[in-house]
Amino acid sequence: MEKKTYKITSSEGLHARPCSMLVSAVTPFKSEVTITYNERTANLKSIMGVMGMGIESGAQVEITADGADESEAIAKVDEIMKKESIGE
Amino acid sequence: MKQTITGIGVSDGIAIAKAYRLETPDLTVEKLTIEQPELEIARFEAAKAEAALELEAIREKAAENFGEDKAAIFSAHLLVLNDPELESSVKGSIEQGINAEFALQQAADTFTAMFEAMDNEYMRERAADVRDVTKRLLAKLLGVHVSDPSTIDEEVIIIADDLTPSATAQLNKQFVKGFVTDIGGRTSHSAILGRMLEIPAVVGTKTAMASIEQGTSLIVDGTDGTVLLEPTDEDTRAYETKKVAFEQDKELLKRFVSESTVTRDGHHVEVGANIASTEDLPLADKNGAEGVGLFRTEFLYMGKSDFPTEEEQYDAYKTVLTSMGERPTVVRTLDIGGDKELSYFSTPEEMNPFLGVRAIRLCFEHPEMFRTQLRALLRASVHGNLKIMFPMIATLEEFRRAKGMLLEEQEKLQADGIEVSDTYEVGMMLEIPAAAVIADLFAKEVDFFSIGTNDLIQYTMAADRMNETVSYLYQPNHPSVLRLIHNVIQAAHKEGKWVGMCGEVAGDPLSIPILLGMGLDEFSMSPSSILKARAQFANLSKTEWEGYIPEILQMETSEKIIEFVRAHS
Repeated sequence: MEKKTYKITSSEGLHARPCSMLVSAVTPFKSEVTITYNERTANLKSIMGVMGMGIESGAQVEITADGADESEAIAKVDEIMKKESIGE
Repeated sequence: MKQTITGIGVSDGIAIAKAYRLETPDLTVEKLTIEQPELEIARFEAAKAEAALELEAIREKAAENFGEDKAAIFSAHLLVLNDPELESSVKGSIEQGINAEFALQQAADTFTAMFEAMDNEYMRERAADVRDVTKRLLAKLLGVHVSDPSTIDEEVIIIADDLTPSATAQLNKQFVKGFVTDIGGRTSHSAILGRMLEIPAVVGTKTAMASIEQGTSLIVDGTDGTVLLEPTDEDTRAYETKKVAFEQDKELLKRFVSESTVTRDGHHVEVGANIASTEDLPLADKNGAEGVGLFRTEFLYMGKSDFPTEEEQYDAYKTVLTSMGERPTVVRTLDIGGDKELSYFSTPEEMNPFLGVRAIRLCFEHPEMFRTQLRALLRASVHGNLKIMFPMIATLEEFRRAKGMLLEEQEKLQADGIEVSDTYEVGMMLEIPAAAVIADLFAKEVDFFSIGTNDLIQYTMAADRMNETVSYLYQPNHPSVLRLIHNVIQAAHKEGKWVGMCGEVAGDPLSIPILLGMGLDEFSMSPSSILKARAQFANLSKTEWEGYIPEILQMETSEKIIEFVRAHS
């Protein structure tokens, strides 16, 4: 299992666009990928699950990947977070 | 083959374009018990694959026509469609023996409820995305066709049973040149939208969906409610000429926008706008409204899943009052019942809903709902020139009771240190003949009257104007109706109170001269009628029409009265 913590920097929090990017990016991986915020955890492959958490700008979130390609999945999340200025 | 359909013209103008049918299929689902879950899951998977293909195609088309920005919404829809949580929830229910349609509906309801409960406007709106995706998927499961108005990329005239707010939100307005709907009246969504976009709209055609096919050439004349199917070249030329003339007239009327309404002999009357939401404000301004003569608050309550909160209402009233500034703004308290219903609020089955628990009567039955609105209005009163009006008042006791509730709320607010304007007015809608007859008694207690002609005529003649067989009795210029109106104006002026009119008659060129002669102070109408009315007033002499009134009041029939007006204007 791999974990990484981010501070959300995109000005409107995890709105449709950043959410769509993250969800699309992790969907192809076999590993289970989740996001935890405020002690609640959602499947990062579920746009409704993630958007339903109402994550706002400045929030601390933890991304966890568990499975055969967990390192690759985390690396992909990291790439999207930085490239699209979603979080750091 | 050439064919003509007629309806009610509710937004002026002429459109010449092809028909675009907006289908609103029946997507009601039943809960069924299924025997073979694996077959049901396969059916769900197939429908999902079909919906995904369709969404991909729409996405591409949207990207091509309107750019990646607009297409992004469909990418989001695809993600919702493929959402693993949605899928597992649906499959879980199917495995318990529930049919796919019901399982989907259930899962979608859970997700929309979650978004709607969120403390963030943007997120609440996402519930609409979930609903759109569910609809598409349900349609696939049920094997019915759904239109995609967001993909319209050429000029069209929309044909529909009725327009829902969610369907209009998807319309690409730059390509929509007109509306034709089978149901509806002047206040239906298509009518309001037509006037707002300043494109022609014809409603209540009854047969448009049955007789107009996708892509049929059409001419729509929103002025007289005519819809021509497959017009000849000759028709098209004639209507093109008419269209040019209409647009020139509209240009000419623009000079009246920033002028006040003054008659030929120098008398001022106020011409205001009827509005249904804050969205109508730009249109009221564009047409030079001197006030809002009727803000129909029921639209704040419609198209929702629950009552609007005090805060939501306060925001809407504040927006309208702030935008109008010094100009008078008449807000009518909730008028539902009759033909207006709310989905989240069951009104009792009645033999005669128009004679039953509607408007103020319904508010008395549900005082908490009414008090919420009164509080929101009182709090907003400091932001402009507010006039509160109670609908459907028949007796003095009713007016006193409503006003009493208002004053109680005011005291409570002030006790809590909340500021309330001390110059707002309290009046009533005059739409029940009983009240018109004793207008002199009411005039001592109200600050103003606003005559609601639609109901006043219907109740005076005892004729439902939606019933075609008796619609001949709907006569705005009938001697009985005119005598009642005259009585109301006389009674009010005797007590130094003002009288407005907010029914359709106030903007009717055949009634305007008579009402002016009777001394009506305020005329409130659809924003798009204001400039035409102002131009008409500029040509009328108030003194002259005052002189005609005794003669008019002695005439025997509407016909004679209309003839007289035509001959003298």
